[in-house]
Amino acid sequence: MSVAAEVAQVAQSAIDDFNAAYGLCLDDDRLEQWPNLFVDDCLYQVIARENVDNGLPAAVMYCDSKGMLADRVVALRKANVFPEHFNRRLIGRAVITGAEGDQVSAEASYVVFQTRNDGETRIYNAGKYVDRFDLSGGTVRLKSRTCIYDTLRIATLLATPI
Amino acid sequence: MSAETMPVAAGSEPTAVDYAVYHSQAIFTAEQENIFRGQTWCYLGLEAELANSGDFRSTHVGNTPVVVTRATDGTIHAWVNRCAHKGATVCRSLRGNQADGAFVCVYHQWAYDATGALVGVPFRRGLKGVGGYSKKFNMAEHSLERLRVETFGGLVFGTFNPTIAPLDDFLGPVMRKYIQRVFQRPVKVLGYARQFMAGNWKLYSENSRDSYHGGLLHLFYPTFGIYRQSQESAGLVSDEGYHTVFIVSKPKGDVHYGSFGDEANREMQGEAKLQDERLLAFRPEIADDVGLHIQSIFPSVVVQQIQNTLATRQIVPHGTDRTELVWTYFGYADDDEETTRHRLRNLNLVGPSGLISMEDGEAVELCQQGTIGAEGKRSFVEMGGDDVRPSYAPMGMDENSVRGFWKGYLGLMGNALADLAGEGRA
Repeated sequence: MSVAAEVAQVAQSAIDDFNAAYGLCLDDDRLEQWPNLFVDDCLYQVIARENVDNGLPAAVMYCDSKGMLADRVVALRKANVFPEHFNRRLIGRAVITGAEGDQVSAEASYVVFQTRNDGETRIYNAGKYVDRFDLSGGTVRLKSRTCIYDTLRIATLLATPI
Repeated sequence: MSAETMPVAAGSEPTAVDYAVYHSQAIFTAEQENIFRGQTWCYLGLEAELANSGDFRSTHVGNTPVVVTRATDGTIHAWVNRCAHKGATVCRSLRGNQADGAFVCVYHQWAYDATGALVGVPFRRGLKGVGGYSKKFNMAEHSLERLRVETFGGLVFGTFNPTIAPLDDFLGPVMRKYIQRVFQRPVKVLGYARQFMAGNWKLYSENSRDSYHGGLLHLFYPTFGIYRQSQESAGLVSDEGYHTVFIVSKPKGDVHYGSFGDEANREMQGEAKLQDERLLAFRPEIADDVGLHIQSIFPSVVVQQIQNTLATRQIVPHGTDRTELVWTYFGYADDDEETTRHRLRNLNLVGPSGLISMEDGEAVELCQQGTIGAEGKRSFVEMGGDDVRPSYAPMGMDENSVRGFWKGYLGLMGNALADLAGEGRA
């Protein structure tokens, strides 16, 4: 196996593991840990596919620092009002779209199911993650994650990060 | 339902509205006729969405699907998205550009131009002498149903009503002045968000006019110490009560939020501090100190400036308990990249994930759920009085504009509600 192929295999495995852990972190309501999955100078966006397809930048969440992610979490815990819910997400195997040293870009499909107090589980948000990872220092961190959602119609509101 | 068990929504008044108005299918149907297809101008979109000839956008007036277009001569048109042949949806895209100016129904390929005129019918004369329409068939009688269209300040409105006064009169001088405040320069669209609420459209209309709930439902303000009673506010209501604008200036003094917490009944969890204050940063760009401008134009649009976010929110009633809110975010056409990024950061505050707005979706659904089976019971809308005043300076604690909405609504619906009650259908 060539060195490049070995690196790619390591990245594939590391990113798939990371995505699985990312999903459970949010689904298990460990929101305070979520910002730590990003580098300090990060970008996290949740944006409608209709905007991306039309070259429009407006996102429903746009956080361009780790501090802003933490602010989101504090607001959710202390201030925001939303229906009680559980999320459950399935994240597909990542497709690596580019690599330069420790910097790897990748995409993965996701579905977030949501269950509210009525007990019904609904498809809440489907889309894909478009990511840039920093794999330096033996850890995996997100430099940027853009959640591009197909589900143009957000049910009630979108509180918990995608 | 029998007449005995039926609510008498006709007994509603601006301070006390029968909860049947949120649930009755008969009332919803009457609203389409009396309000959305009646003596009103309804928001269709922004002129900036129709920058070039051939541009179109699918929209709604009430629950009626409508397409708004720009024709080759630059004029703006709107028509019901329903083929004159079999009623099929003609335009199947949310938006786009129809470069050749023709909108063709896929079913039998009837073709319409951007004005809604029928311009082509396949096999009109039949095929080899067989079939075809009679000689009396006149294409001019089979156009799409058209709306009157007028614009103000970059907003496009349409009406089904042939006799209503011009848009300028419907808006009135005060609303026009405040629309111009936001649309002071040419705008460019930054994107969309669509929010779907399991609630009645009027619950959202009330919500956008209700300044009482601001710091009580949206705890982000007091939690992060940004709701201060020293802020100057003004609320203005149009003559019929239809429209309202509510503005708040950025704070001049520095009053601690504790005075607010003393009044609040929900436990305040202590003041937090933002780690990244850029999210809230406000750069005044209009020649005043107004950091919040919420303007509700009856019956179906809200124009807003909150910090440096600019948006319209279009209310689309799909059913008694199904309402879509289409957020169209925009900036000014001359914004540089850095200004756009600043607006994107500020946009965290508003929309379906907005730190100071997401709760509105929940409030609408709570009121819908809570009023099931409550026909004949009435709301209590007397905060700040029981009248509708043209102006007030409440810093929140007044439902004047909500009463204004009901005054306008009941004025348009009065006879219909009485008829429905008489027939036991309300």
